[in-house]
Amino acid sequence: MIRKYGAIALWLCVGAAGFLIVPWYALPGSVLSLDWLRDFATGDSAPAIVQAWRYGRTWLLPIGALLAAGCTLLAPRFDRSLLAHALLALGGIGFLYTLAQGFLIGSQAASLQGLATGGQQGMGLGATLALTSFAMLFAVGLAGRGYFGGDAFIAGSVVAIVASTAIFTLFPVLRIMVSAFDDANGLISIAAFLDRLLQQKVWGLGCLTGAARCGVAWNTLILALLTAGGTTTLGLAFALLVTRTRFRFKKLLRALAILPIITPPFVIGLGLILLFGRSGLVNHGLEWAFGIEPSRWLYGLPGLLLAQWLSFTPIAFLVLIGVVEAVSPSMEEAAQTLRASRWRTFIDVSLPLMRPGLANAFLIGFIESISDFGNPIVLGGNFSVLATEVFFSVVGAQLDQGRAAALGILLLAFALAAFFAQRVVLGRRDYTALSGKGDSGLPAPLPEPARKLCYALAMPWIVLTVTLYAMTFLGSFVEQWGRNYAPTLNHYARAFGVEIGPQGGLIWVGSAWNSLWTTVKLSALAAPLTAALGLLTAYILTRQRFRGRTALEFGTMLSFAIPGTVIGVSYILAFNVPPIEMTGTALILIACNVFRNMPVGVRAGMASMAQIDASLDEASATLGAGRFTTLRRIVLPLLKPAVAAALVYSFVRAATTVSAIVFLVSAEYEWATTYIINRVTNGDYGVAIAYSTVLIVLMLVAIWLIHSAIGERRLGRRDGVVRMGMAELGPAA
Amino acid sequence: MKASSIELRNLSKRYGNVAAIHDISFTVAAGTLLTLLGPSGCGKTTTLRLIAGLEPPSSGTVLIGGVDVTQTPASERDVSMVFQSYALFPHMNVIENVGYGLSVAQIPKAQVHDKAHAALAAVGLTGFDARLPSELSGGQQQRVAVARALVLEPSVLLFDEPLSNLDARLRRQMREDIRDLQRRLSLTVVYVTHDQAEAMAVSDRIIVMNQATIAQQGSPRELYEHPHDIFVAAFMGDANRVRGTLRRVDERMGELEIGPLSLEIEHRGLPQGTVDVAIRPEAVEIGAPNGKGLPGTVRKATYVGGMMEYTIATELGELFVVNLAVDRPLAPGSVVSLTLAAHGVVPIATS
Ligand SMILES: Nc1ncnc2c1ncn2[C@@H]1O[C@H](COP(=O)(O)OP(=O)(O)O)[C@@H](O)[C@H]1O
Ligand SMILES: [Mg+2]
Repeated sequence: MIRKYGAIALWLCVGAAGFLIVPWYALPGSVLSLDWLRDFATGDSAPAIVQAWRYGRTWLLPIGALLAAGCTLLAPRFDRSLLAHALLALGGIGFLYTLAQGFLIGSQAASLQGLATGGQQGMGLGATLALTSFAMLFAVGLAGRGYFGGDAFIAGSVVAIVASTAIFTLFPVLRIMVSAFDDANGLISIAAFLDRLLQQKVWGLGCLTGAARCGVAWNTLILALLTAGGTTTLGLAFALLVTRTRFRFKKLLRALAILPIITPPFVIGLGLILLFGRSGLVNHGLEWAFGIEPSRWLYGLPGLLLAQWLSFTPIAFLVLIGVVEAVSPSMEEAAQTLRASRWRTFIDVSLPLMRPGLANAFLIGFIESISDFGNPIVLGGNFSVLATEVFFSVVGAQLDQGRAAALGILLLAFALAAFFAQRVVLGRRDYTALSGKGDSGLPAPLPEPARKLCYALAMPWIVLTVTLYAMTFLGSFVEQWGRNYAPTLNHYARAFGVEIGPQGGLIWVGSAWNSLWTTVKLSALAAPLTAALGLLTAYILTRQRFRGRTALEFGTMLSFAIPGTVIGVSYILAFNVPPIEMTGTALILIACNVFRNMPVGVRAGMASMAQIDASLDEASATLGAGRFTTLRRIVLPLLKPAVAAALVYSFVRAATTVSAIVFLVSAEYEWATTYIINRVTNGDYGVAIAYSTVLIVLMLVAIWLIHSAIGERRLGRRDGVVRMGMAELGPAA
Repeated sequence: MKASSIELRNLSKRYGNVAAIHDISFTVAAGTLLTLLGPSGCGKTTTLRLIAGLEPPSSGTVLIGGVDVTQTPASERDVSMVFQSYALFPHMNVIENVGYGLSVAQIPKAQVHDKAHAALAAVGLTGFDARLPSELSGGQQQRVAVARALVLEPSVLLFDEPLSNLDARLRRQMREDIRDLQRRLSLTVVYVTHDQAEAMAVSDRIIVMNQATIAQQGSPRELYEHPHDIFVAAFMGDANRVRGTLRRVDERMGELEIGPLSLEIEHRGLPQGTVDVAIRPEAVEIGAPNGKGLPGTVRKATYVGGMMEYTIATELGELFVVNLAVDRPLAPGSVVSLTLAAHGVVPIATS
């Protein structure tokens, strides 16, 4: 009980600080610069109390009144249940009122005549603290009512997760819906939506008759289906090679499979241009040897398909390798003792057992393909897909946010359709129960024709991937690919030049430094947040039983399927006006990365949590440890591999992402990937590939750093290796 | 140590539509060992978890030391538990595991160390401090789990089938160790097992559970000799179940007729008429066929070392019989005549 009062007092203090001391509204500069201390209590940087007092923003007063009312709850005369009810009411009303006044009273003065004369800016630090305070008081109230096992820490975590997901995932997605239905006059209109969606440019079938180009929707779908089919087939072939044959290059295959995951998504596209592009090696060779005109086949569906196959096969491979290994050899041995031939065994037993894995790999390939922005922008040519079309609707000459929103929704619909289709295909059959524990026996070797087919698929892929990366690397050291192969360090100098200044200090003259620092800094900030939020969610989902748990789990699974492009568009639509005004700031870049990658942390965490027996938590509880202590001293040390994986992935994905971030960068906060894409679209390949190379090396260093910082988990000699669901995660898009 | 009593009042726990336990009430006197005995799935673990506070009951009250703790979370109850899987923290070595509860309570380091050592010594595990749980045998892990629970000097200690992962020989030794420890420190212990022999060996009192409710409670002897129903009789030592008739009832004794046999037994308040009869396997005496007694034919004979186990077909049905005469085993097909020793025959009201 004492502890609970401590929590109430703490959160009331936080709320009071938000109301009385720090600037209520967002400042043009960073609140961390502390400039606001200088003109404290005047103008924009005044706290809420002053805003209400001196600037007529009286609608802020109820917030202060609620906080003051909260202080009376600290008097110990309330009984337990009354206190809990009061906290629920106070927290709930405070939270909703604070949000509502923000939404209802925008920057236009006239939004609520008579009441809101001054209008107001977006919420700042003060408003954030007040909201947090109300939400946490509500959580303490929930715990007091006996929810979440009466544990305030768990209640607070659940409230924080739900509230932040609602603000940073649900709200933007709803906002994009509104924009898509918004007609020119600010009214909701289905006609406007249909008009945007049912255009010839979207659904046209002109390409069938050869008269015109097909619509972007068809392009996207065809590309995604072909890509997913290809990556699943290739991935299965590789997985079989590695597990069921004596393939000589197993190690190489596994190493190569990691590469596309840590490289920015367009690097493969760039490499393909160097190889097959108009002034690429192959075209040059053909022209020189046979006088064949350079062809442009690469820029369009064929090139894109090739690029996506190369980029996304590794994820399918990593998903399927786990699946193939999980097929119990004794099952296959049983089939053989029943007189089935190797081929029949493979077709009748092994393949059906892999069905859920194949469906999963197909789904991931499909979603990666429709989310991919980097390759289409580099290679697409006239073949446009939704991801790029949405982008040009917002930043191009069209500047039509409604159209961008409508196309975004279409993209989202494709992703969700795939997501639900996968669930339907898998049905309710439980395959995992079929692979019993402690199975031994030898995996059946692959039938001869299948083995040959796998070889035939793998070898070209390996050769091409090695060539592409080698060329990207080499290409960064020559003057101009295709024209002048003289060795040079010029590109690196232009991008990453450092000079000694007249006063002796270093001057970062390279043009890439700005974007590189931003990327590294903000990714490094986002990664621990992502990992913490993701793992906490995983812990709560696996260890707590409460109403709405399945909904929460489903929500996180679902947000995994939202394409980055949709997130990007929805963020600019949702967060460029008060009450949450973040466009052009570092904050929006961090938030975007955190909430986009959080599902990855959740998955990694849930996979690992499943391997930690719940009786360990319970033992800790009977020994007197609260939930938080248990989390810190028992669960977290055992989760080390998952922590490392979550950190690595959230960092790498943040640093190499394109599709969402491309909407959110500004002159001040530029991202490495968007900088590179700008160089590519300007034809400046040298700097682009030099920068890509640096980025790849940087990612390897970061992975190494994270792993050595987290350290090993020592459980003694009998410890089984915990295999991280790396495959589940996939690269950035 | 300050052992506390435990009292459960009308405790129920439902999972969806399944009642894991239903309306359970009992008390455990301070400083005694009570065993919950019953077949798998009857609700023993659930009862234990409710006492520990790991789950909230659907209804009912838990009192420890006379205080209502129903709403108190596990971490704030003065209760320790030894889990069936031991639940040793795999990333901590032996001494860290044992000292964990103390360090959570923010006791000074040196003191934690001393107390943990003392607890390890109490279970006979001196010198294993730096080992990880994965580097211990099953029996050693079990001792660490006990030491970890003991070190907090809890007023109540709970054991959930602590010996089920050990081999038969170790089981016997560990159960004696646990009983010694409990007596020495006069701990209040609730002990869960499905093994009747184990329950008889360690308990002051036993509660036999069946299908989420209490079938019977009492001292080991009471349960064995005076089972209330045929379930308890069968569970407490493989009793055969047959039909019989009480012919004549005196103040205390009665005449029980079972097929052709008739014997004087305590009638335990039963009225005249048809009754169920539980016959212990060791109460059946095998003799040569002689016209008297219950005729039977040996169906199966198994040598289990130290005694013979027979299945014998009779007019009452097949009887399971153990016999110490290993030197003169009977072959299947032998015709025998059976008599009953009164101490192993218990009449029970027909259900
Ligand atoms: N978490 C749970 N969810 C649903 N049913 C449960 C759960 N735990 C136990 N049960 C059910 O409650 C009954 C009693 O279980 P338990 O107490 O574990 O039995 P015992 O320990 O005696 O073997 C069983 O039928 C079991 O299936
Ligand atoms: Mg059990």
